[in-house]
Amino acid sequence: MSISLPNRAVLQGLIVYAGFVLIFLFFAVMLWDRGFLSAQNLTNIVLQTAPATVLAVGLVFVLAAGEIDLSFGAAVALSAIVAAMVMRVTVWPVGVAAGLATGMAVGFVNGAIVAYVRLPSFLVTLATMGVVAGIARELSNLQSIPVTADTFIGIFGGGKLLGIPSLVIWTVLALLIGHLVFRETRYGAHILATGDNPRAALVSGIRVARLRLSVLVVSGACAGLAGLLYAGRLQAARYTLGESDLMTVIAAVIVGGTALSGGRGTIPGALVGSLMMGMLSNGLILMGLSVSWQMIIKGLIVLAAVAVSLRDPNR
Amino acid sequence: MAPYPEGHAMTPVLQLKNIRKSFGGVTAIQDFSLDIHAGEVVALVGDNGAGKSTLIKMISGVYTPTSGDMLLDGQPADFPDASVARERGIEVVYQDLALADQQTVYMNLFLGREPVKGPLRLLDRKRMIAETDTLVKELDVRIPSASATIRDLSGGQRQGVAIARATHWAKKIILLDEPTAALGVAETARVEATIETLKARNLAIFIISHSLDQVFRLSDRICVLRRGQQIGIRETSQTDKNEIVSMITGVSK
Ligand SMILES: Nc1ncnc2c1ncn2[C@@H]1O[C@H](COP(=O)(O)OP(=O)(O)OP(=O)(O)O)[C@@H](O)[C@H]1O
Ligand SMILES: [Mg+2]
Repeated sequence: MSISLPNRAVLQGLIVYAGFVLIFLFFAVMLWDRGFLSAQNLTNIVLQTAPATVLAVGLVFVLAAGEIDLSFGAAVALSAIVAAMVMRVTVWPVGVAAGLATGMAVGFVNGAIVAYVRLPSFLVTLATMGVVAGIARELSNLQSIPVTADTFIGIFGGGKLLGIPSLVIWTVLALLIGHLVFRETRYGAHILATGDNPRAALVSGIRVARLRLSVLVVSGACAGLAGLLYAGRLQAARYTLGESDLMTVIAAVIVGGTALSGGRGTIPGALVGSLMMGMLSNGLILMGLSVSWQMIIKGLIVLAAVAVSLRDPNR
Repeated sequence: MAPYPEGHAMTPVLQLKNIRKSFGGVTAIQDFSLDIHAGEVVALVGDNGAGKSTLIKMISGVYTPTSGDMLLDGQPADFPDASVARERGIEVVYQDLALADQQTVYMNLFLGREPVKGPLRLLDRKRMIAETDTLVKELDVRIPSASATIRDLSGGQRQGVAIARATHWAKKIILLDEPTAALGVAETARVEATIETLKARNLAIFIISHSLDQVFRLSDRICVLRRGQQIGIRETSQTDKNEIVSMITGVSK
């Protein structure tokens, strides 16, 4: 009895890898003559998912702590717009700092309200999503703001270091640091304990309110970085950036094995989930499906994956 | 380990003086006084809602008394929160156990006090697992492994983990809120044996129980609460069940 249950947890952890391989094989067979397997296409998938993967790292922190962040997509747009506007009047490093600070400020406001006014993060971030998206539209006047600083574009967009695209470097950096902090530090352990049983965390001396604030700031910082990556890759910032990432990233993280109800999370799983979602978009486009069908099929696959990975036979 | 300063051997570990607690208009505890000594088991009995858990939560820093004094080793003890009480050597086995269900046994044993190593201050899992294994063997808590997840354990095993945690960290006093309420006969016996061990280690033990048989087996003194009022304290060897029952219910026989 105590043998079969851990096995179930292990199996559930493996589902995302199995799903990844299955979808990969499916497209490899179906699209063998349409370049799915070409090095360029596979690289494209990785580059296109880079901002989403960075966002997924932050979301693992938030979900594992038993909270949710719905505002990160809007924070991506606002961070990119602020960075681009600042870069128009001064040097690019100030723009980078401003972009990151914007994301973290959104996270801080979310976190302060959740932790100290004690409102549910679902409602708080639903509201700030609207506010932040509105500010992004107002600031940019619904216009696309060009980014022309070459060094910035190199570092956050199309550049390479030792042959590795800078988007990949940033993503790997976010994954490695996120994984180390989440898995191997007391902070990570306290996030899991708080998401699991906040009362137990509290009587164990964990500062639960501060921790809730901090995970939303982490998510905001990731939104800031994702905004910079979009701005660098597209050489422009626009209020629509990050819009479509909300569902994709939440799905990637949950499919990857992080519990929506808190207490469980994995960053390697989130990476595979994110790559899987990217591969899905890419494959469906190559198959020539219309955008409406892409949305329907992606939604259904996410539903299936979430059902399998979240279903708890104990309940 | 020398947990008690020289010359304080006779000072009670914990002194409660005229403790009162009210929640808004409701008085949960009125005028409660008790001394607990090292190496002593004091049982707290009373009907549902008598105020037993409230009293324990005041000692552990979860609630602050409305009035009255608490002294730990003769020193004033005002605990702003539960972590301060823990630092002063007070451990609690809560009625709901306060375990994080999806985490491992060793993570729960070290919750909030995880050891770290190296310049990056990374979790020292090896040490946590080793110490958990030792502790679990010592207390005869039969769990599959230190890395088992709490929710895969039986009720008795979970209780064992909660008690092992309190045992590991307690320096002065352990508060147990109905530690055997959900357990079978064999598991209850094991918990009672553990309590005897803790007593032999010169810890002070304050236990809430609804089982009078258990109270008479374990305790040195019995303290009775009825609707927030302290009815009296008896030496266990000088009283009997009839007297305690009538003190609990207020109906004399
Ligand atoms: N946080 C609170 N706010 C208001 N009233 C409370 C609170 N905690 C406890 N009480 C009240 O104080 C009284 C004593 O409750 P307590 O939980 O201490 O009883 P108990 O003796 O532990 O009972 P049981 O045997 O059922 O566990 C009850 O009337 C309860 O309703
Ligand atoms: Mg109680």
